[in-house]
Amino acid sequence: MSKFVPLSQAVSDNLHDGDVVAFEGFTHLIPHAAAHEAIRQGFKDLTLLRMTPDIVYDQMIGMGMAKKVIFSYAGNPGVGLLRRMRDAIENEYPRAIETVEHSHSAMAQAYEAGASGLPLAVFRGYKGADLPKVNPDIKMIECPYTGEKLATVPAHQPDVAFIHAQKADAKGNVLIEGIIGVQKEVALAAKRVVVTVEEMVPDFADLHPNLCILPHWTVDAIAVVPGGAHPSYTFGYYQRDNAAYLDWDKISSDRELFAAWMQENVLSATPEVFAERVRGLKND
Amino acid sequence: MTDFTPDEMMTIAAARQLRNDDVCFVGIGAPSAACNVARLTHAPDITLIYESGTIGTSPEVLPLSIGDGELCETALTTVGVPEMFRYWLMGGRISVGFLGAAQLDRFGNINTTVIGDYHNPKVRLPGGGGAPEIATSCGEIYITLKQAPRSMVSKIDFFTSFGHGEGGDHRQRLGIKTKGPTLLITDLAIWRPDPETKEFVVHSIHRGATKEMIQETCGWTVRYADNVDETPVPTDDELGTLRDLQARTTAAHSGKRDAA
Repeated sequence: MSKFVPLSQAVSDNLHDGDVVAFEGFTHLIPHAAAHEAIRQGFKDLTLLRMTPDIVYDQMIGMGMAKKVIFSYAGNPGVGLLRRMRDAIENEYPRAIETVEHSHSAMAQAYEAGASGLPLAVFRGYKGADLPKVNPDIKMIECPYTGEKLATVPAHQPDVAFIHAQKADAKGNVLIEGIIGVQKEVALAAKRVVVTVEEMVPDFADLHPNLCILPHWTVDAIAVVPGGAHPSYTFGYYQRDNAAYLDWDKISSDRELFAAWMQENVLSATPEVFAERVRGLKND
Repeated sequence: MTDFTPDEMMTIAAARQLRNDDVCFVGIGAPSAACNVARLTHAPDITLIYESGTIGTSPEVLPLSIGDGELCETALTTVGVPEMFRYWLMGGRISVGFLGAAQLDRFGNINTTVIGDYHNPKVRLPGGGGAPEIATSCGEIYITLKQAPRSMVSKIDFFTSFGHGEGGDHRQRLGIKTKGPTLLITDLAIWRPDPETKEFVVHSIHRGATKEMIQETCGWTVRYADNVDETPVPTDDELGTLRDLQARTTAAHSGKRDAA
């Protein structure tokens, strides 16, 4: 069976109500098109996992899809706060959400531990910080060799991971380049993996031997969605739409404005609109 | 050059503190501007690292986020985020961590998490990101922020990242081996920690600022070094470099759709 499927099927086959799901991307390669498809399919009670929940998680939280968010930086990068997420935390609108907060170091290493099949990540961290007081998942252990006190957090092993990437070859091997973030770790940590790509190419012949590649047998479904990271970007294809991030600050500041924007730009839209959205942002 | 704003003075004063051989972990916002002015003036070989994994980056325009493509395109190399935090930060490769703050106390402890109670916040801020470990793993920490009573406070609401704690040898007592905050640059003054108590003390006042202004915008009783200098005003080169950088940045971030 081909791994290449329409985005709607990739989402409906792999995401379920109540799942722990990561739509990852560290500023780069954020799978917006996949998240919008999940919003259209109307999932509930999701636990959203991500280092840097930004616009897409603000949208999913604002649509009432999340019961819990596990994160390390919840902001609109370079712009400010996430207003729908704040409304949920401060006013329980449209529903209350539980938050579990870590540092970047902890989150990145929890994905790495998940990919390694380990139950926990161990690192030198959180010293003097208040997060361990409010997040019971952060525990300290003593190094059995040196006696040093080290921090641990449980490994991340989400039910499903969604990532965006540059390209897949005909077999379904996936190539990721640029700021690779935790794309590889989250894919190898998750039980199921869905990848959206800019394009499918026949093969990866004659490329550099050390490129970041997810072999086809680590991926469950691939959907070709040109522009699928917008307003995030895809290195080598199109630039980040910084103006859209600035606009989001206004759209998300008002509940009705948000609802109207979501209706027009997500609920009534299709994955094909993403190609149009990046038309003016393409790299030469 | 006589005509400059307090913000420009802050950025330039911060830039001057960076050395050509520093390996600097750069926070977004004011730290990013200062680090790049340093690179474009007296420290062309400085290694700038952003937590997105870009090592040795030299952006033409200031990034809006820590993961802009510009950072990767101009970097010596780009590594994954787990590697960034493990090998490069925790491994002790970074000489200076440069942070901003929403709330700061006199001992350089930083809050970027919440205003008010954590579980029932008055304002939910973005959170720490990389800062909790940057604050304890870099050789030393520089902090830059604009002075205001709500940001320079006697007691922060949440310890996002640890500075000198209660002061004195609090870092050593927790087993932290790095120096912690050694410098605070605001829009009015340059502060350094007292060698014993670790409380920030004013060492230099920017032209146009006064002790009254420094106290009015600070939530604790300000202490001064025995010899307080006037911060040298920006040179033509420094100010021109900063303004060109900001003009390029504004054009790039507001007009991308049209320019592309």
